[in-house]
Amino acid sequence: MRNIKIGVLALQGAFIEHEHMLTDLGAVCTEIRQPCDLQGIDGIVLPGGESTVQGQLLYKSGLFTPLRKLISDGLPTLGTCAGLILMAQEISSSVAHLGTLPVTVKRNAYGRQLSSFVTEQPIAGIGNYPMIFIRAPYIERADENVEILAKVDGNIVAVKCRNQIGLSFHPELSENSNIHEWFLSQCEK
Amino acid sequence: MEQTQYELNKGLAQMLKGGVIMDVTTPEQAKIAEEAGACAVMALERIPADIRAAGGVSRMSDPKMIKGIQNAVSIPVMAKCRIGHFVEAQILQAIEIDYIDESEVLSPADDVYHIDKTAFKVPFVCGARDLSEALRRINEGAAMIRTKGEPGTGDVVQAVRHMRKMNAQIRQLGSMKKDELFEAAKQLQVPYELALYVHENGKLPVVNFAAGGVATPADAALMMQLGAEGVFVGSGIFKSGNPAKRAAAIVQAVTNYTDAALIASLSEDLGEAMVGINPEEIKLIMEERGQ
Repeated sequence: MRNIKIGVLALQGAFIEHEHMLTDLGAVCTEIRQPCDLQGIDGIVLPGGESTVQGQLLYKSGLFTPLRKLISDGLPTLGTCAGLILMAQEISSSVAHLGTLPVTVKRNAYGRQLSSFVTEQPIAGIGNYPMIFIRAPYIERADENVEILAKVDGNIVAVKCRNQIGLSFHPELSENSNIHEWFLSQCEK
Repeated sequence: MEQTQYELNKGLAQMLKGGVIMDVTTPEQAKIAEEAGACAVMALERIPADIRAAGGVSRMSDPKMIKGIQNAVSIPVMAKCRIGHFVEAQILQAIEIDYIDESEVLSPADDVYHIDKTAFKVPFVCGARDLSEALRRINEGAAMIRTKGEPGTGDVVQAVRHMRKMNAQIRQLGSMKKDELFEAAKQLQVPYELALYVHENGKLPVVNFAAGGVATPADAALMMQLGAEGVFVGSGIFKSGNPAKRAAAIVQAVTNYTDAALIASLSEDLGEAMVGINPEEIKLIMEERGQ
C-alpha cells in the first residue's frame, strides 16, 4: 500500500469507479461531501456525472470556497468529464463553477447519448489510451500556459496546467489505469 | 447493438448515480427540475398519479412535447414507451432521446414479450420487482434497472419491498456454491451467465435505481440506505406544495443519505407532500405489468 490519501468528490456521479481504480493502485481514498472531509488529502479527483448537479451541490455543501482554494494553492487535481467542466474558467453558454483551469469548455459538445463513442488515441506521456466519451465536453480554447496532451478530430480532450489534469473522457470506466498511476505519481511529489 | 454501444449506455447510467431523475410534463417543469439539481428528467404527458386518476389507455407522449423538453434543458432527457411497443421505442430513438424507459406506468402493448432492446442503439431502463425480472430485462438489453414500486401512489412500501427482495436474492446467489448456480438460474428463469455474474460480483451488471412512491427527502435517503444507486421521483415533486424546494431537498438527501441531521433540516418547511394512496386502496396494480 502507498502512503497516499486521495479525496474523491462524492456529490453525484461515478465516484466509486475512481475509488476502485485508485485503491487497486495502492492509494487510500476518502469520499468528499463536506468541507471537513478535505482534511489531509494529497490529491483530489473530480469525477464524471452531471456538472449542473455537482456545481449546485458544491455551493450547498459549503465545499466551493475551500476546494477552490486548495486547487489554486496547488493540490494535485484530476477532473474527468463533468469534473473538467467544474474546473474550467469558462463554459460556452453557461456560468463557470470553480474556474481554476484556464480553458473554455463546451458541454455536450458531441450531442446526445446516440453520439457517445469510444476511440483509442495517443496521450502525451501516456501513449495510446482507450478514451470513453459519454455526452462528453471538449475544450474549445486553452491559455498558452496549458499543456495540450491529446486531441480527437482536432478538438482538445486532455490538458495539464500545473497541478491540474482535465480530461473530456472517462479513464475510470476503462480497464487501463495508466492515467490514474500518472496522477498518483503527481500526488506523491 | 454492438457491445461498445452497450458499454457506453451502461456508462451513462453510471454517470447518473447518486442523482435524482424527475418526472416532468412541461419545459417549465423541466427547467425547475434542472435548477433544483435533477441529474436527468423523464418527459411525459401526465405524471403517474394523473395517469392513475384518468384511467383508460396511456401511451408514449407526443414527440413534439418531448422535443420541447429536450430543448429546454442540458441534462439527459428520458421518455417512456409501453412494454413491448418497439415502434414507440423506434420513434423515441429517432428523436435522439438519451434513455428509454420501457415502463409499466403506461398500458402494456404486449402481454407476453418485452422489447428486444439489443436491437436498439439508444439505452433502456426497465422496472423490476426482484432479481429474476431484473436479469431477464438485462438479458433483453436493458442498460439500467429500477425498482417498479407502485407508481403514482406516493407510497414507498412497494419500492422498499422490491429493493429488499432484489438485494436478498443477490446475497443468496453470492453465498451459493458454484455448482448450485445452474439450478438457481433455472429457478430464477434467467441465463446462467447472468446468475454467475451476480454470484461473482455481488451486484447487478448494471446500475440499479429506486422508483415508485418516493415523496420526501427521507423516502429518498431510505432507498439509498437500502442499496439504491440513485432515485426516480415521479409524482412526488410536481404533486406537492412547493416543487422547487422539495426537489432540491430530495437531491441533497440523496447525496448525504446517511447524514440524519442534515436530512432533518432538509425536511423542514417543505409544504404539503403529495396526498398519496395506499396500494390497498387502488384497483390498478401497475407493478404486475410485464414480468
